[in-house]
Amino acid sequence: MAKTGAEVLVSTLKDLDVEYVFGYPGGAVLPIYDALYGSSLKHILTRHEQGAAHAADGYARASGKVGVVIATSGPGATNLVTGLANAYMDSVPMVAITGQVQSGLIGKDSFQEADVFGITMPITKHNYLIKDENKIEAILKEAFYIASTGRPGPVLVDITKDALMNYVSKSGSKQRLELQGYRVLKEGHPRQIAIARKLIKEANKPLIYAGGGAQDASKLLLKLAENFNIPVTTTLMGIGAFPGNHELNLGMLGMHGTPWANLAVQNCDLLIAIGARFDDRVTGALNKFAEKAKIVHIDIDAAEIGKNVPAYVPIVGDANTVLTELIDDTRLSHKDWILEIQNFEFPAQTAKEPKRGDCVNCTEPNMHFAELPPPCRQKDSVDPKVVLELASSLFKNQLIVATDVGQNQMWAAQYIKIEKPRSFITSGGLGTMGYGLPAAIGAQLGRPKEQVVLVTGDGSIQMNIQELATIAAYNIPVKVVLLNNRVLGMVRQWQTIFYNGRYSQTCTGSIPDFCALANAYSIPSLRVKGLDDLDEFKVALKAEGPYFIEVAVDPDESVWPMVAPGASLCEMFHASKAPTPSWQRGQNDE
Amino acid sequence: MSDAIKLEKVILAVLVRNEPGVLSRVTGLFTRRGYNIHSLAVGPTEDIRVSRITIVIEEAEERLEQVEKQLHKLVDVLKIVNLTNAQRVERELALIQVNGEKRSDILQIVDIFRAKIVDVSPREVMVEVTGDTEKIDALIQMLDGYGISEIVRTGKIALARSNQ
Repeated sequence: MAKTGAEVLVSTLKDLDVEYVFGYPGGAVLPIYDALYGSSLKHILTRHEQGAAHAADGYARASGKVGVVIATSGPGATNLVTGLANAYMDSVPMVAITGQVQSGLIGKDSFQEADVFGITMPITKHNYLIKDENKIEAILKEAFYIASTGRPGPVLVDITKDALMNYVSKSGSKQRLELQGYRVLKEGHPRQIAIARKLIKEANKPLIYAGGGAQDASKLLLKLAENFNIPVTTTLMGIGAFPGNHELNLGMLGMHGTPWANLAVQNCDLLIAIGARFDDRVTGALNKFAEKAKIVHIDIDAAEIGKNVPAYVPIVGDANTVLTELIDDTRLSHKDWILEIQNFEFPAQTAKEPKRGDCVNCTEPNMHFAELPPPCRQKDSVDPKVVLELASSLFKNQLIVATDVGQNQMWAAQYIKIEKPRSFITSGGLGTMGYGLPAAIGAQLGRPKEQVVLVTGDGSIQMNIQELATIAAYNIPVKVVLLNNRVLGMVRQWQTIFYNGRYSQTCTGSIPDFCALANAYSIPSLRVKGLDDLDEFKVALKAEGPYFIEVAVDPDESVWPMVAPGASLCEMFHASKAPTPSWQRGQNDE
Repeated sequence: MSDAIKLEKVILAVLVRNEPGVLSRVTGLFTRRGYNIHSLAVGPTEDIRVSRITIVIEEAEERLEQVEKQLHKLVDVLKIVNLTNAQRVERELALIQVNGEKRSDILQIVDIFRAKIVDVSPREVMVEVTGDTEKIDALIQMLDGYGISEIVRTGKIALARSNQ
């Protein structure tokens, strides 16, 4: 029986082993939704296309599979833009399928027409505009291949409504040139690998710097670190690629990195970068970054090598393949170096901290319910670090954490110990507020047997709060931990340090009543106002379905340590306020 | 003023899949990454499925490798040939509309440059010239004194000589 373009699309998705698609219907994709009707493909209806894009992204990050999102033409597709840019920055495999107006209407400013192909060109790994129904199957397969191989990334396929409606003929035209220009180099150059191995054996102070590209090479990363006894620091994207509680784990490096990680970077003589891209939030001042070190840079994307920092040994290849070649049975010690790191003396630099009551003269008095005091005079609060450490230990570090962007994200990165790869779902490169809630939905569907905990803030969650409806509708058991300090905390922190405490437009006040809002979405809620509430907090985290937990946080809580933008990693504010390092945690337990 | 960065002029021949939007992808990449395009010429090749883009760029030497690597990441880019240091033939075509009052002078100059007059009107003559960029620059300089009203240039195209 002849099939329409849309029917071919749905059957191709099934051929490609797609389990979930996230999306939102509309005029131009009606044929796809008709083909989905009664299909075994599971469709998750979000409440905004941006939510669908982030959910597909979260699903992909947690499961390692390609995330799929569908949106209609015009506004539906433009609502995907942030989600695509976010996935592109963090190299997440995703395929976005958008409807386009009928081919005869293209270019005529038709209803719900937008040049989605043009708009998404710079924020996708590749994109397509299909006007011929006979090409849908081949291009969709190509899109999945491109999205998931090499350095992963989002691919967008824009399909005209007539191509979706027309019947596909058996003899589909094969005029296109196959993917000759797309090559994936898996194996690193043997000579470079040999040089790297030699350098590792000669080094006195080696350090591994692992990024998001190491997530799928975690077993070999562990072997590399343990065989050669090399300390490891991970980037925000690399969290979980190396066990969070491992003695060799120095924690995160960079702007809010641990002092041990940052000082190790500045003192090492060999830096082994694996799937990391020397982002400015990681390196601080580039010309002072790892000044004493030779750099071995392993990355699957040749363009990353030498982009920001010159590599002494460039190795283009897949992390697993390269590490398999690199590791041998030699055992090294580096005892002195590890002791040196553990006993580093921190700089005593301090930054301005907010003075209680600094924003009493709030310029936005209408931001508060009349009966509630402004945030800076809130009486009850809990230390967010205590709450996060508690959540971490409650799940024996076996939880999946999704975060939003800002202080909540940094505290989660610092205080929750992630033991498994693909278990810290966060918007790293783009820093997208509003990412967390939909991403948590996707992650929970991708790993249904594990618990997803979303750590978010009152600013971020309101950027995609409509997705509480999705959680409720599908009874997705995400536990939301909202750290509510009633201000845009990270921006406010910068205003404290760099703008003389002039808190311009960073007070969000006491609106809304989040617990009541969660209840309105028929999600049970809990407000944690003090240490007395922590027992209830544990019960809520272990509840069966979704739960919304609001934690009252003091607006003056800051994220420490901190390296000012453009400063060297040695120049940390409040290094002494870092989270307890893994080796000391171990001692405490005994 | 910042220190003057030494810019290198480089000729790249970029072979691409003849797909819609491919030129946008290439030029968009240059805009997005902040690379300077000096000239660009695009046209079909011996294979109808392949187009050839000749790009002359001016970039600081240490960034040139990045330009090529970023171009290689475009799925539609099949091959990049750096012709800067290759034995090559390069050509550019220009049409120049110039005031024809002193027509005999102009004719003489045109002759020396082995250019052609391709159109004549009562007040102006149109000159066609092919050659390398320096030759065209020189002709334009010569004709400038007579009053040039319009110029169009194709941008440089180049092909490596085959091995002897």
